[in-house]
Amino acid sequence: MFRPLEPISNKARILLGLGFFAAFVALWSWATFGGYVSRTFLADPLTMIEEGRLLLFKFNFLYDIGMTIWRVVGGFVLAAIVAVPLGIVMGAFKPIEALFEPFVSFARYLPASAFIPLLILWAGIGETQKLLVIFIGSFFQLVLMVAVSVGNTRRDLVEAAYTLGSSDQAIVRRVLLPANSPEIAEILRLVLGWAWTYVIVAELIGSSSGIGHMIVDSQALLNTGQIIFGIIVIGLIGLVSDFLFKAVNRALFPWRFA
Amino acid sequence: MSGSKLEIDKVGRIFPGAKDREPTVALMPTSLSINANDFITILGPSGCGKSTLLRIVAGLDLQNQGEVRLDGRPVAGPGRDRGMVFQSYTLFPWLTVEQNIAFGLKERGVAETERARIVSSYVDKVGLRGFERHWPKQLSGGMQQRTAIARALANDPEILLLDEPFGALDNQTRALMQELLLGIWERERKTVLFVTHDIEEAIFLASRVLVMTARPGKIKTDLAVDLPYPRTYKIKTTPAFIALKERLTEDIRSEAIKADAH
Repeated sequence: MFRPLEPISNKARILLGLGFFAAFVALWSWATFGGYVSRTFLADPLTMIEEGRLLLFKFNFLYDIGMTIWRVVGGFVLAAIVAVPLGIVMGAFKPIEALFEPFVSFARYLPASAFIPLLILWAGIGETQKLLVIFIGSFFQLVLMVAVSVGNTRRDLVEAAYTLGSSDQAIVRRVLLPANSPEIAEILRLVLGWAWTYVIVAELIGSSSGIGHMIVDSQALLNTGQIIFGIIVIGLIGLVSDFLFKAVNRALFPWRFA
Repeated sequence: MSGSKLEIDKVGRIFPGAKDREPTVALMPTSLSINANDFITILGPSGCGKSTLLRIVAGLDLQNQGEVRLDGRPVAGPGRDRGMVFQSYTLFPWLTVEQNIAFGLKERGVAETERARIVSSYVDKVGLRGFERHWPKQLSGGMQQRTAIARALANDPEILLLDEPFGALDNQTRALMQELLLGIWERERKTVLFVTHDIEEAIFLASRVLVMTARPGKIKTDLAVDLPYPRTYKIKTTPAFIALKERLTEDIRSEAIKADAH
């Protein structure tokens, strides 16, 4: 049964995946309904769902969800617009890489969340500040990962293009770009996941809307049901965006999945 | 020699040694003159510098001395006048078979109808009709190399360079590929420079075989192959072929022993 790397059927894969979700909920139910954990600290699943219903239909939680998504997507798109082209030229042209790479490598380790107090001083607690947190959090990661991907382009493909008469500029446009597009899409998917962490942190610290804001409010009211509902919503949105990204990749890069 | 297509004039290559290491002489200064429509195979043990020589001609590697001239003009960097087929599979994976073949034509801005016509004719020449819309990933190794040959030829280069293009293929496929390539050459009379370590392949394809010595590489034997055309696989069992094979086997064997002793 446990032969290394042995594939399993699709049906078994789905059953096992769902099975673990079920086991998780079962353990949670057992701990809460069985009275093993105080209700003050952990709401049971049914309370969580009821709280979620209240949030959605009474407290306009959809607006908060919308705000959070807007912030993530906004900050992330801004970061990607600058980071992806910069990463590509860094990967393609070594002098440009030598110029930026050391600084970007340093900046990448500056935690975006540590910038929040500073950004509040600079930009207040409005939307600009939220977008900046996401931007800082994703920009340097994107630049570096894209640069590495482009820099690792198969040399023989570049050489083949040269012997077919490509100019230096054509190498970037007709080889480096298409060769790395799937990898860049994958990098975007990964970093978008990290951007979700930053937006929630930004909303926890200074915000009047958004999922993170709701979570802080619920903490003040000791409403763990709402907190858990908020966290699960974040997880679900992540799952959906991941799924969308993968579907788009499949449509855009059929040669990879042929 | 003004009649020659490609002139390799005292070309040598030394790779600088890493820290505290002696530099490696990959290629002793080598001179060679190739006539238009020649099919030259360069035969040698691995590591003898035959690929280095080919890469210098392609403009992908730089010599430390000497000069390569194509039609009298010195070679500086890679260009579409020297088409190349590599040992590794170098089709662009994001392009279909026909898009791969059209790559160089598109680079040159050949009009679309003309492009389609040329691509279509090469699809037929390499026997890939029905696979035009396939991705490289969906092709066998032999089909990938056939596409690579078509891609290089569609660009109409002055000379075609092949670096052990069939090295990764199984024996049967390799034999078929040799016949296909030779057939195209017999019809189109391109100038071809073909690097291999397979003696039979070298004789079967060539109008002239060059044997290189073990590192540092230089040309040891220069042998015209006077077997009649058109050649088929059957020629490989004729006495003339076997005599050539015997002679080159001796030549290569002594070099391989030297190379192994290093």
